[in-house]
Amino acid sequence: MKKAGFTQAWLPILLLVPQLSIILIFFYWPAAQAVQSSFYLQDPFGFGSTFVGADNYTDLLGNAEYKRIAWFTVIFTVSVTFLSLSLALLLAVKADKVIRGAKGYRTLLMWVYAVAPPVAGFIGLIMFNQSWGPITRTFAALGHDLKIGVNYWDTAGAMIAVSVWKQIPVNFIFFLSGLQSIPRSVREAALIDNRSASSRFWGVTFPLLAPTGFFLLIINITYALFDTFGVIDTLVKGEPGNNPMTLVYKVYVDGFRGNDLGGSSAQSVILMVLVLALTVFQFRMVERRIHYT
Amino acid sequence: MAQVSLNNVQKVYPNGFQALHPTGFEVADGEFVVLVGPSGCGKSTLLRMIAGLEDITDGSLHIGDRVVNHVDPADRDIAMVFQNYALYPHMTVRKNIAYGLQNRKIAKDVIAGKVAEAAEMLNLNDYLDRKPSQLSGGQRQRVAMGRAIVRDPSVFLFDEPLSNLDAKLRNQMRVEIKALQRRLGVTSIYVTHDQVEAMTMADRIIVMNAGRIEQIGTPSEVYHRPASTFVASFMGAPPMNMLPGVAENGAAHLFDLPIADQVAARGEVIVGIRPEDLIPDATGPLAIEVDHIEDLGAHRLLHGALRDARLTVHVSKDVEVAHGPLRVAIKPDAVSVFDVTSGARL
Ligand SMILES: Nc1ncnc2c1ncn2[C@@H]1O[C@H](COP(=O)(O)OP(=O)(O)O)[C@@H](O)[C@H]1O
Ligand SMILES: [Mg+2]
Repeated sequence: MKKAGFTQAWLPILLLVPQLSIILIFFYWPAAQAVQSSFYLQDPFGFGSTFVGADNYTDLLGNAEYKRIAWFTVIFTVSVTFLSLSLALLLAVKADKVIRGAKGYRTLLMWVYAVAPPVAGFIGLIMFNQSWGPITRTFAALGHDLKIGVNYWDTAGAMIAVSVWKQIPVNFIFFLSGLQSIPRSVREAALIDNRSASSRFWGVTFPLLAPTGFFLLIINITYALFDTFGVIDTLVKGEPGNNPMTLVYKVYVDGFRGNDLGGSSAQSVILMVLVLALTVFQFRMVERRIHYT
Repeated sequence: MAQVSLNNVQKVYPNGFQALHPTGFEVADGEFVVLVGPSGCGKSTLLRMIAGLEDITDGSLHIGDRVVNHVDPADRDIAMVFQNYALYPHMTVRKNIAYGLQNRKIAKDVIAGKVAEAAEMLNLNDYLDRKPSQLSGGQRQRVAMGRAIVRDPSVFLFDEPLSNLDAKLRNQMRVEIKALQRRLGVTSIYVTHDQVEAMTMADRIIVMNAGRIEQIGTPSEVYHRPASTFVASFMGAPPMNMLPGVAENGAAHLFDLPIADQVAARGEVIVGIRPEDLIPDATGPLAIEVDHIEDLGAHRLLHGALRDARLTVHVSKDVEVAHGPLRVAIKPDAVSVFDVTSGARL
């Protein structure tokens, strides 16, 4: 077979330069900066910095508030991931029953993917509007005064609800196409082998969705950890006060509100390590192949 | 064991397409019936209605002495083998075979025994712990068979189970499936578009065309006494020769040669003769101009013209043949006569 190749060495390098420089300037350089400044204590007015070694890290790990926020982040991530995955799966299973084989519907539903997240996020926030949001009103009618931005658990609930709401369309589409790619005859064979619909779901459909599910699990954890910044910011409005927040939001609050660049950098380094671990885990699992064909 | 009977069963798909016109037939207990017809004629539709995978628009379906129109597929006591095997990709061969039993509350050791027995019968012993993706096409087909056998159902349904296999394996599996069915004595309905499978496997053949049954009969009846020109040309390769004839005075004539008597019709008819029923004979009544010879090893096909009609003659390999004029005789009683417009046998 003839091998296509570059005759000169500079051409491939030249072609890679734009991509490499973007990665260097926007990823590696800030990351290196963060690592570096996490070992310094900055003057709040920007007049200089002092090397403090690992103090920023030890401070964090001994800090009760940081621990509390870390715990909340875990609860938040688990709830958002679990709820957005399970609700989306439920909706996808229902939709799949209706549109099996109807390709037109499928394409239409795909549009949701492109449009929904920002719009859905916005709608979700409107629902929780303090003065006239329908959900706020419903709770008021039930005798509970939702105080978002003031009451810790009210705010936490709203954060989770809006984040889940925003992520469902993406999960839905992936689950739906996962369901539709299960061969019809395999489902029919199961229909003959097993009369119980729920046992068929857990015994055949769900395992066949595992590759999609695992991929979505990683996507959703990442989403809950990092991409919910906007939702949290809108609900908390930059007023940390007594409000719940996630680790990512705390990086912002400490760094840009509290002007504690060293501590904030240390926090982001910890998050970087977390992402690294997640990525390694994902690649490991992919290597072990959770797919069947 | 059970018989299957259809009474005026028909199928109209939700989009309004009538895939099956009202149809009735009976499959006797232990019988092997083959549904054969060209692609799109409604064979799978009919089989899937028997399986319960497709609603029955109208009519009634009996399996054994139950009406099963509204019975769940899992409760019809049938097992089905699909064209693409439809194995569960995430389960081992063992689990694939056992799955249908596990859901029927059967004791573990009984299941293990049945799986072992089926694996023995199908030569799957070495593969029980593999996943379907690690098997060849023929092995997957065997697993699909095993899944059906262990269930010990009243009826086996097969939807073109061999069409994804290569020709050699197809011949081998054909023999195996037939032998297995004979041994187990399970009532079977087998769908195929391959007339060789139909001829070799069936106790009775049902020939379908465009959502209707053209003929029901033993392989020999269908082959030798086709009910219509459709059946005559669908069954047999090469197909039956169709020649223009005339019926008068109670007999059919082919170019003035009387070739079939007791024909009530008058006027134009179609005369059908199988290629192997035309025998080269220097004193034969038909003069053919041979223009093409196909040598198939064991026999040869001579293609030629009889006046302005085309026909084919099948001769064994020992017969001397050459291009050019050839006289042939017609085997007695081997002529079918069909109506020109309806194509029905006269
Ligand atoms: N779900 C469906 N909706 C509408 N028409 C269908 C559907 N399934 C099959 N058909 C049509 O019904 C006819 C018979 O199909 P099928 O039974 O699969 O044929 P076969 O198995 O003989 O090839 C075909 O013309 C096919 O296009
Ligand atoms: Mg078919």
